[in-house]
Amino acid sequence: MRVPEDLRYSREHEWVRLEGDGKARVGITDYAQSELGDVVYVELPEVGRHLEAGEALGVVESVKSVSDVYSPLSGRVLEVNGALAESPEKVNQDPYGEGWMIRLEPDDPAEAEKLLDAAGYRALVEAEGGS
Amino acid sequence: MSPSPDRPEEAGAAAAEGQASEGARNGVRGPDGLLRTPLHDLERELGARMGEFAGWELPIQFSGILEEHRAVRRAAGLFDVSHMGKIAVRGREAAALLDYAATNDVARAEVGQAVYTPFCRADGGVIDDAVLYRRGEGSFLVVVNAANREKDLRHLAQLAEGFEAEVEDQTGRWGQIAVQGPEAEAILEELSEAPLHAVGSYRFLDGATVAGVSALVSRTGYTGEDGFELYADAGLVERLARAVLEAGRARGLVPAGLGARDTLRFEACLPLYGQELGEAINPLEARLGRFVKFEKGDFLGRQALERVRQEGPRRHLVGFRMVGRGIARHGYEVFRDGERAGFVTSGSYAPALDANLGLALLEGEAPLPGERLEVAIRGRRVEAEVVKLPFYRRAKAAGRGG
Repeated sequence: MRVPEDLRYSREHEWVRLEGDGKARVGITDYAQSELGDVVYVELPEVGRHLEAGEALGVVESVKSVSDVYSPLSGRVLEVNGALAESPEKVNQDPYGEGWMIRLEPDDPAEAEKLLDAAGYRALVEAEGGS
Repeated sequence: MSPSPDRPEEAGAAAAEGQASEGARNGVRGPDGLLRTPLHDLERELGARMGEFAGWELPIQFSGILEEHRAVRRAAGLFDVSHMGKIAVRGREAAALLDYAATNDVARAEVGQAVYTPFCRADGGVIDDAVLYRRGEGSFLVVVNAANREKDLRHLAQLAEGFEAEVEDQTGRWGQIAVQGPEAEAILEELSEAPLHAVGSYRFLDGATVAGVSALVSRTGYTGEDGFELYADAGLVERLARAVLEAGRARGLVPAGLGARDTLRFEACLPLYGQELGEAINPLEARLGRFVKFEKGDFLGRQALERVRQEGPRRHLVGFRMVGRGIARHGYEVFRDGERAGFVTSGSYAPALDANLGLALLEGEAPLPGERLEVAIRGRRVEAEVVKLPFYRRAKAAGRGG
């Protein structure tokens, strides 16, 4: 299971990357994609929508399951990963890269400090029985 | 990978390396309270992701549902289906009893023939669907859904009071595997001298030797592919499964789990009890009319089903393809001309067809291909289109019957 050091994590298995321009990119973790199995459908929000931290930003469906994806930060949706409509398997193949889901304009970038760091997220996953 | 060290004492008899273990049973309860099949240790060793199904701990997937699904369509897959209920019905009137319980014609089945049938209630609702193996004039093995085993046992035992026949649960003594896919026959023929190529669809060999293990081998399955199911002593089925994995590797066989079993049966439009079938659904609604034989003698549900036949079914099982984005799932509502007309019985991404498909039980006139429907997905109505069934039908090999 990969848990990159430079990201922040939610307890619901989303990651956030704060980018140099003050914007944030969001996706689901390697552990989450592995637990879901083959992702076959991703539903993402409309660009321009405002999300509260903890609000469902969309849905990810594997062959057998339907799961909400929650926004780890409050902010406005700047961009969604349109490639996932045709290639949802990118979420499995490259969860921290091409499998990203949305780009946000955070209301308060400092909100990310409330999220878990890599060590904290690793501990959470181990407590859930993953490895 | 190594076998799980925390094996319970009960199941500890199932020795490593596939050695036959005296008295190994199917359905031993693990520490989590779930029933385990004799292939539990092998599945852990193969890296299965296990899950609960009908009180059993079973492999949901190994390498991944999509990969396993495609391997079965292209080559072959090995499934553990030991959880299926196995009920022996024996006695002078065993055939008469089952012919009364079943809607299909059981009395006329030959020894060595298997029969797929619904069992109905008097009102036509489906108690279960089963495969009946006629092992002798007065000897049948009835293979039922795991979730319905106890209900079926009570039902058959109650009916048996009126017949000279005995009903016995044999689930514990059998292991059951399915070898499915276009390479299944070639793989099994490498392991057996028995003339498997000559076994027709829904026919079986009783006591064929495969990999040194005596098995009941039938040309049956639940994937829409050619293939076999093998029933062997619970203590010997691991040896059999290991031999199939070994012999099958070069031909592309993979271990496959319940996840792929469900997507495969879904593409082939084979009904799943609890979804396409249930006590509130009759077999004529579920497109199983060819398994209801009105020309045979009396059977449970006959009057009710004759009425349905005369009046026409109130509901129809239809197939649809999503036109808008989204995946229809079991239980989602379906609309015709803006009116709620029924619900999705099964829906999924269909891996071999690369489409989002569904089956729905709809009221009103039988829908025709091309009719537009709407499926309610998370509060939105998403467009779908009626398509012909089955979604997937394999190309039959030349020269093979049935």
